[in-house]
Amino acid sequence: MTERILLDPTNERVRARRPRAARPSSLEGKVIGLLDISKPRGDVFLGRLAELLEARGHRVVRFRKPTYTKPAPPDVRRAVREGCDVVVEGLAD
Amino acid sequence: MTTPAVRFGLPEGVIAVVKRECPTCRLIVPVLGELRAAGVPLTILTQDDPDFPPGLSPLDDSALAASWSLRIETVPTLLRVEDHRVADRTEGWQRDAWERLSGVRGLGAGLPPHRPGCGSRTLDPALAEALAARAVEAGDSPLRARPVALGELEDPIEAAFARGWSDGLPVVPPTPARVLRMLEGTTRPPDAVVAVVPPDYAECTVEKVAINAVMAGCLPEYLPVVIAAVEAACTDAFNVHGVLATTYFVGPMIIVNGPIARAIGLNSGTNALGQGTRANATIGRALQLVIRNVGGGRPGEVDRAMLGQPGKYTFCFAEDEAGSPWEPLSVERGLARGTSAVTIFAAEAPRAVVDQRSRTAESLAGSYAACLRTVAHPKLVGGCDVVLVVSPEHGRLFRAAEWSKTRLREEIVRRSMLPGAEIVQGAGGVAEGMPETFRDGTWPKFTAENLLFVHAGGTAGLFSAIIAGWIGRGGSQPVTREVKP
Repeated sequence: MTERILLDPTNERVRARRPRAARPSSLEGKVIGLLDISKPRGDVFLGRLAELLEARGHRVVRFRKPTYTKPAPPDVRRAVREGCDVVVEGLAD
Repeated sequence: MTTPAVRFGLPEGVIAVVKRECPTCRLIVPVLGELRAAGVPLTILTQDDPDFPPGLSPLDDSALAASWSLRIETVPTLLRVEDHRVADRTEGWQRDAWERLSGVRGLGAGLPPHRPGCGSRTLDPALAEALAARAVEAGDSPLRARPVALGELEDPIEAAFARGWSDGLPVVPPTPARVLRMLEGTTRPPDAVVAVVPPDYAECTVEKVAINAVMAGCLPEYLPVVIAAVEAACTDAFNVHGVLATTYFVGPMIIVNGPIARAIGLNSGTNALGQGTRANATIGRALQLVIRNVGGGRPGEVDRAMLGQPGKYTFCFAEDEAGSPWEPLSVERGLARGTSAVTIFAAEAPRAVVDQRSRTAESLAGSYAACLRTVAHPKLVGGCDVVLVVSPEHGRLFRAAEWSKTRLREEIVRRSMLPGAEIVQGAGGVAEGMPETFRDGTWPKFTAENLLFVHAGGTAGLFSAIIAGWIGRGGSQPVTREVKP
C-alpha cells in the first residue's frame, strides 16, 4: 500500500489573522464596558473598577455572560459591540 | 468539473465493457460482431484478457482505470457516449435495451432475450481499495478531503507529526485506501455532516470522522461508536468547548452500552479503564483527534487545562451489563434495553475506593460516601457530577441486598451530609471552603442527580473507582446517544 497520499484530517480552514482594533490614545469621552463572565467574585472586582472609573468621571456600562463555561451568546456580544467603546473582561477568579 | 469521459478520452458512440471470465460476456460475443458489422462506432473494453473477444480488437482495461471512471458494476455493460457524456447504459444482456441503445434491430437472434451479467472486476475487494486510492490521486473520488502529497523521502508518520495532526503519539497514516475501508463501517454517506465541532465550529463530515478514526487506529466496525461520540460531545449540553477551555482536569470519557460493545470487543472487565484493548484505546482517541483536528481544540490554545489528565489521550470503556446488579446506564438514561449507546462525561482521572471489609450494602455505601467527600476538596459541596464504577465484587453486595440504584443514591447522599461549620471558608484552619452562608445547617456533598453508577471491572478486587466530573457548576452535563449504523 502506498502512503504517499494522506487525507487531510483537519477542517481545512485557513486561519484569518486580523489586526487588533486600534487602541484609543485616551479614555476621555469613551464609554467603558465591563464584562462579567459570571466567575465567582468577578463582580466584586469589576464593581470596584466601576467605582474607580466613575470617580474619574467615566461612563461605565455593565455586561454579563450567563455562564463562564460557554461562549458569550450572540445578544451579549452584540450588546458589547454596540454599547461601548472599550471593554474590560474579568477572565478568572 | 471535468467529466470522466473527457478525462479518460472515451470515444463517442457505443462502449461495451466485458471480461472473458463472465459467461454472459462470452455469450454475447456474436452480438458485438453484429454491432461492428452494422457500422455502429463500437469500442470494446476488456477487463481481464486483452485478447477477448477474439478478432474484435478490444482495448485493454485490465488496469481498470476506464471501468472505475465509468462506475462499472456489472459486465457486460453497454453505454452510449454523446458529447463526452454517458447518455444511456444497460447492464447484462437484454436484447430490447441493447437494440434501443445501439439503434440496431434483430440482435442476437439465437440468444435468450435476457441474461444477467457478472460483477465488474472493479468491485473485487482486493482491487477496489487500490483503485479508489488511485482515483483520489486523479481527483476522481467520492472523498472530498484535501489530498496531501508527501515527498519521496518523507516518513508518513513523521509527516503527520509535523503537520500537527497527532496527539503526541504516532498516528496511522490516513491513506485513501484506509479511509475508504473505514467508511465501510457505516451506512452513512461520506459527505453527511455529523456535528459542528467547537472551538472552530467546523462542520465535521462522516469522512473527516473516518480519517481521524484511521489515525487513531480504529477498525471500521468501531466507526459508528466514534460517530455517536462526536455527536454527543458536540451538543450544547455536553459543551465540549467549555470542557476544553477550562483550566480544570477534565476530558471526554465514553461509556458504551448495548450489543455493539461486545460485538466490537470493547473491554468491560479486567483492566477496563486501562490499556491493552484496541477498541477501548482507539475509540476514545479518535474522538480526541476529531476535537483536535476538525474542531481545532489544541492544548495551550483553546485547551487551557492547567494539568489535564492521562485520560485525555483516550478514555472509553463498556459497561458489564451481564454481571450488573442494575439496569444499564443507557437504559436508566432513557434508551430501550438492547439499544447500543454511548454516554459521554467530562471526566477527571479515576481514583480508587478501597473497601475489603464491608459485607453489607450499608457499610459499603458508607465507604463510598466517605471517599466521595474528597472530590475536588473535602470542604466543597455540590460542585459536580460523579461516575462511580462499581466492581463485580462490590456490586454483588447490592444485588444480595436488593438495592436499586435509587436506593444507593439516597444512602450516599444521606451519608455524605456535612455540617456547615466544618466546611465554611476558614474552618479547620483551611481558607478554602463554602461561603459563610453555609455555616448553619448540614449540606450534601452531592445531590442524587449528581451520581451515576456503572458496573465494570475484573471479577477479583474489592475496589471501585470514582471518576469525578467538572466543577463547572453545570457547565457540562452527561449526554447519551444511540449508536446507529
